[in-house]
This record gives sequence, structure tokens and C-alpha cells, in this order.
Amino acid sequence: MNNETPDDRATPIRVLIAKPGLDGHDRGAKVLARGLRDEGFEVIYTGLRQTPEMIADAAEQEDVDIVGLSILSGAHMALLPRTVALMRDRGMDDVLVAAGGIIPDADIVKLKEAGVAEIFGPGTSIGQIARYFRENARRPS
Amino acid sequence: MTQGADPLVEGLTGGERLPLARLLTRIENGDPTVRSSLPALLAAGRGGHVVGVTGPPGSGKSTLVNALIGEWRRRGRRVGILAVDPSSPYTRGAILGDRIRMMEHAADRDVFMRSMASRGELGGIAVTTWLAAAALDVAGYDPILIETVGAGQSEVEIARLAETTVVVEAPEMGDEVQAIKAGLLEVADIVAVNKGDRPGADRTARQLRAMLSTAGGRVERSPPRVMVTTATTGEGVGPLADAIEAHREVARTAIAAGERARHQLHRAVSELAWRRAATRDDFSDIVEGVAGRTLDPLTGADRLLPE
Repeated sequence: MNNETPDDRATPIRVLIAKPGLDGHDRGAKVLARGLRDEGFEVIYTGLRQTPEMIADAAEQEDVDIVGLSILSGAHMALLPRTVALMRDRGMDDVLVAAGGIIPDADIVKLKEAGVAEIFGPGTSIGQIARYFRENARRPS
Repeated sequence: MTQGADPLVEGLTGGERLPLARLLTRIENGDPTVRSSLPALLAAGRGGHVVGVTGPPGSGKSTLVNALIGEWRRRGRRVGILAVDPSSPYTRGAILGDRIRMMEHAADRDVFMRSMASRGELGGIAVTTWLAAAALDVAGYDPILIETVGAGQSEVEIARLAETTVVVEAPEMGDEVQAIKAGLLEVADIVAVNKGDRPGADRTARQLRAMLSTAGGRVERSPPRVMVTTATTGEGVGPLADAIEAHREVARTAIAAGERARHQLHRAVSELAWRRAATRDDFSDIVEGVAGRTLDPLTGADRLLPE
């Protein structure tokens, strides 16, 4: 449709960026939101201190293609699987869930088993995340 | 109201949120399969009040909308919100940040909020917003708030599609001449001077009242109301909700409704005409011709839409 489009989709990919739990540092989430905007994504940013319920509710109403969870507090094993479970309960089976932040290697396997598709650690570039999102986001039905 | 057998419309009336969210996506994407459902969608309308909220960046629109949601929830209403933010003309990307101010209502099953990017001219945002509001109406939300940044012509156009338009201003945003320039304030049915706890709020309200004391081009033939609100404390929010409710009847007089319908048709046709011209196979060639100065812009336009 548009020859400047960075990929072949007719419409931009919608991403929800959320900060679950109680940590108060969202510089990384904001930098990522801005970077994804520049990569052509529509980014819904929800702000700090979200519960899994709030994130699942927002993802449902916004009908996003991807939920990106930024977490630095160490509470990822409590919050991330619960967020995924709530989303799946509500029928969001085709929505990609990814996480970023400080997450020990030992937890990554368990998080993937719980339905988190990919985990991006410190040092990941925005370009890498954008490419992963473009390759793995659902296609319009 | 007749429901017909349209599955798309029936999906909205069961109280589930995902079918509504997915229909909004299809409306937003201009999905051609939606078109056949439009008559059923419009026929199933429940008469929810469509309220536009616009104003300059930083005037406190989202915070005021959040306060209004709280007020209407206390009155037992189910509230729908469409929050429109601009898309980048360069990358198509957008940051949709209005949820930040409204997350306290995120888990309330009787509040439905959707963020939408304007997607440039081709996105047809005015018609998209209007159809999205119709979907929220069928799903039983009333009022339906459409929040836009009052920064450009298309935002003013969206505001004109609403039945009642609230323009949010902050104190000391400009002198009296700003208030009489054509544009945003002209479309206001109600002006809310927000951040009422700041110095100068009452003076700004007085100035606006003086400068807006004539009806201008408004079909209602009465000047807009100017009110002072403090969204962060809730001061003035109840009276603002009352004023919006009171305007509902005015907006539904035959003359106002007719004016709005004409405007809706005008927008829909011009957006479709523009989209058709811009998606023609030769569009890129003509643009290249203009860029390379082998063609002037008016001749290029003539080729796309011959008289």
C-alpha cells in the first residue's frame, strides 16, 4: 500500500507497553516506547505500577497485537505468568507477550513455559526488539 | 430496536469486551468486511450521547476525562472513551498515552477505553472515530467521550462530529485575540478552563466569556458556556457533567442534528475521495513527477481527480 512501509503490513502493529508491579523506574519502558514509535509501531503506554488485571484489561480493550512487559523489581515470577494466564482466559490466545528487564537466566525457561514468548535483557537494541515483533506478531485475520 | 441477524452486531450486545475491541480494530483498519454490517450497526444504536473533548496539549484533557468518568460512574452510567493521538507522518508510528491518566478505571467492567492513532489523512480518522463511537453506542455505553488533541484541522473536524463538544483550556494560555481566532474555540459548546486552582483561572474564564459572548456560526444560536474546573481535585467536574447532559437535548434538535449529519456526510465523502485518489496505481508516479518538477501540483491533482 505504501512504499515506505518497513514491512508488508497494511496497518501498523499495536503494542501495549506496561510496567507490572511496584518498581518505579520506567525510563527503559519510555525509551522503548519512543523507539518503537520511530520503527512505525503504535505504542500504548500505560504508566507505572500496573496489576496483571489492569494490564489484561487494557490489552483486551485495545486489541493489541503485542504486550511488552518491563520489569526490574524481581517480582517477575509472580506477575508475568499471571498476566499471561489472565489474557489467555479472556480469549487473547494470539497476542504475543514479551518481557524485558532484569531477569535471571534460571527464570527465563520457566517464564517461557508460562507463555512469555521472549525475554529481552539489558543491552538489547530497539532494532532487535522491533524485528522480533514484526516477525512474530499475529497477522490480521 | 431491530437487531437483524448480523453476527458482528450481536457480538456487541452480550457485554463481552473482546468482540467490541476486535470490531474497533476492523473499523480502524478500514476492513471491507465491516461495510456490510454498517446498516445493522447504525440501526442498533441506542442513542448514547457522543461528547467530544478537545483542547491544546497540556491543558489537562485526559485528567479531566478521567474525572468525568468517575463522576458518571457515580451516576451509574457506563462510559466509553475513544482517545485519539497523532501518528507520525514519517514512520506511521504513534505513542498513545492517554491511558496513563485513566488507569484507575482500567479494571471497571463498565468503562471501555480505546486509544486510536490518527493514521494520517489516509486513515480517515474522522469517519473511523464516528463509526467507532457508533459501535460503543450499540454496546451500551452512554456517554461516549472522544478525546483529541486540539492541534490541527482534523481534530477540530472530529470534534464537530460529536453531539456536544467540550474545549479544555488552561489559564493564561493566550490573550483575548487568541480566543477570537477561527478554529478550536469556535466548535465549543462548553469551554472548560481547567487547572482552576492556578492563578488567573477566573480571569481567563471572564475573558473567554466576554470574547465568546456571541453565537458565531453555531447552529444553537447561543454562546458556549465557560466553566472553571480543577480535574485533579474534582472541583467543578459535577457541574461540567451537568452542563454536558443539559446540552444533549439542544444537540438533538432537528436543526443541530441535520447540521451534524451534513457534516458527517461531507467528511465521509471527502475522506473516501482522498483515499481513492491516493491509492490509485499512478499516485506514486504523479508524486514523483511533482517532486522532479516535470509536473506541477495542480496538474497532478487534475490527473488523479479529473473534473
